[in-house]
Amino acid sequence: MKVRAQIGKVLNLDKCIGCHTCSVTCKNVWTSREGMEYAWFNNVETKPGVGYPKDWENQKRWNGGWERTPTGSIRPKMGGKWRVLAKIFANPDLPEIDDYYEPFTFDYDHLQSAGESKAFPTARPRSLISGQRMEKIEGGPNWEEILGGEFSKRSADYNFEGVQKEIYGEFENTFMMYLPRLCEHCLNPTCVAACPSGSIYKREEDGIVLIDQEKCRGWRMCVSGCPYKKIYFNWKTGKSEKCIFCYPRIEAGQPTVCSETCVGRIRYLGVMLYDADRIEEAASAENVEDLYQAQLDIFLDPNDPEVIKQARLDGVPENWMQAARHSPVWKMAMEWKVAFPLHPEYRTLPMVWYVPPLSPINAAASAGKISARNGMPDVRSLRIPLKYLANLLTAGNEEPVADALERMLAMRAYMRAKTVGGVIEEGIAREVGLTGQQIEEMYQIMAIANYEDRFVIPTGHREDAEDMYDEKGGCGFSFGNGCSSGSTSANLFGAPARKKLQTPSEVF
Amino acid sequence: MNEYLNHLLFGIYPYIALVTLALGSIVRFDREPYSWRAGSSQLLRRKQLMWGSVLFHVGVLVVFFGHVFGLLVPIWVFESFHVKHEWKQVLAVAAGGVAGTFSFIGATLLLHRRLFDPRIRVNSTFADTGILVLLWLQLFLGLATIPVSLGHLDGKEMVKFMAWANGIFTFNQEASSYIVGSTWIFRVHIVLGLTIFLLFPFTRLVHMLSAPLRYIWRPGYQVVRSRKLTS
Repeated sequence: MKVRAQIGKVLNLDKCIGCHTCSVTCKNVWTSREGMEYAWFNNVETKPGVGYPKDWENQKRWNGGWERTPTGSIRPKMGGKWRVLAKIFANPDLPEIDDYYEPFTFDYDHLQSAGESKAFPTARPRSLISGQRMEKIEGGPNWEEILGGEFSKRSADYNFEGVQKEIYGEFENTFMMYLPRLCEHCLNPTCVAACPSGSIYKREEDGIVLIDQEKCRGWRMCVSGCPYKKIYFNWKTGKSEKCIFCYPRIEAGQPTVCSETCVGRIRYLGVMLYDADRIEEAASAENVEDLYQAQLDIFLDPNDPEVIKQARLDGVPENWMQAARHSPVWKMAMEWKVAFPLHPEYRTLPMVWYVPPLSPINAAASAGKISARNGMPDVRSLRIPLKYLANLLTAGNEEPVADALERMLAMRAYMRAKTVGGVIEEGIAREVGLTGQQIEEMYQIMAIANYEDRFVIPTGHREDAEDMYDEKGGCGFSFGNGCSSGSTSANLFGAPARKKLQTPSEVF
Repeated sequence: MNEYLNHLLFGIYPYIALVTLALGSIVRFDREPYSWRAGSSQLLRRKQLMWGSVLFHVGVLVVFFGHVFGLLVPIWVFESFHVKHEWKQVLAVAAGGVAGTFSFIGATLLLHRRLFDPRIRVNSTFADTGILVLLWLQLFLGLATIPVSLGHLDGKEMVKFMAWANGIFTFNQEASSYIVGSTWIFRVHIVLGLTIFLLFPFTRLVHMLSAPLRYIWRPGYQVVRSRKLTS
């Protein structure tokens, strides 16, 4: 057993209202610059839909994630090391920017500078790549917002596999949900495995996966390796970039920007302990439907004396152990089993988990054709097909998702009985394998969702990472090249000129 | 060509080019690691790159190592293995011809794409386009030497260039004199080649120094770094 800690995340889709605040705040902080306009470290998709980049879940096309070989070992789906290197001159598995969307701006200046004319001046779109006029915008980061576009296109959604999808094209039967996506900071990341330069790495202390920008050579294999398409090639700098899980904030004990600004309070951050020695074993599970359980099995109970002992030996700090015992992620994933990994079949062991959304009862059920049980609707009669959610979260295994939805319904029924009826209905809790006390706690964390319950983040131990005396008079965060002042406008080696910081006194 | 110019171009210029190549690359690697990358434009436009890039790179690798092998291995090594210069000349013309044609077709596709695709053209620096033009010219000149070589398959002409290249790396002051009297097309090819060496550290060509061969031997797949101070 080797105990390692990771800051995990849960997104409660039941409460996501699709407002995109997470995407916008993330964009403003991290990717609002040339070369990264098209990249959204965090994006929100309306499901069902093909998503962003288009069709990202179709691994037959992109070859992301891992595959199990007949011998029982795993290797990247895009190929072993030799095959990865063979793709280095031209990578057939790499999306083109049009598969995301061509970034654009509008000629706003024309609105002010246009001469007198009969018609109002308009701001027409212009490509941010070529600078040329775009006659028609063909796509965007959220092109299918609220079921935009024809069903025939949206229904190419991979999660419809095994679902009779035709009826969901009918207005009466349609359904939708939001899926906010970011880097999964996987336990078994394919991007790391596919990086020929060895520039992508997972941090031992908090599990954050980062790209060493000075070591990245732009071979762009990570973009193909990642099945979630959450690594973006910066076409300006020729280096790959990805969600950094706001590590400067996490180290300081603060939530990521997307979590902090989530108005629906759907995001949770907490420590998970896992057995690093069993990652490969878990990722190699024979049946894809077992991968969810396999991942649960390598999480370690922070209250287990054996685990505590080993964690101390492996150098997990005490405040991290303390945080692990109060982790909302542990509670939702392990205790109540209401949170699930996104597409476990990719075998990357993702660490951003999702609570499936409840949905209104479908037309047939409300017409009395499907029975309700104990006053609670059967989760199979909800509008969002169970199979669809299972394809998204448990590689098609419906049972765990059904159990989770039942527990969420039970939480509502229990709390309604308590607050409206004034009775404690212990039976409701027992029916779904919980106690009344557990349901109260679920309610506190998932429904009330106070800030301190959502974010249990221990501070990083910077004193272990560097000799602070050396930081005296340091330059703080910089964009590569250490403390290079970046004061020359043209650079001998063709690197982009860096903007010199101005002090307020220079501006005024 | 007068003797002074000959010595300048083939006796002194090689050292200027090679020293710039070495020092420039070291300084760039040390001072500007963020600028050290392959500079792929595949994300912006896939068209023409799939064939162009593969043909160009595979061809150019064969041509490059062919030149290293053919020019830098000391002449006495070939003689001690009883390799006749005629054979080597034929091998050079055949292998170089095929690989050169491949990479020339590839470079033509890539150059056309770089000059005429609006997305790529706008996002190319002067160095990006310039070095590709030079490489295209160099490949053209290289292929243009083949008819000349076919005229003297005894390999005597080739031995002159081997002697010159050997001489440069052994600091032989006479090196440039071996080239006197050779066909002009070879001399232009050499000068342009040295110029590409000279420009190497200032262009995207540096990515070839980072050819990720170590990936093959990297143990396992995963990379984990600890923030803890090791000392």
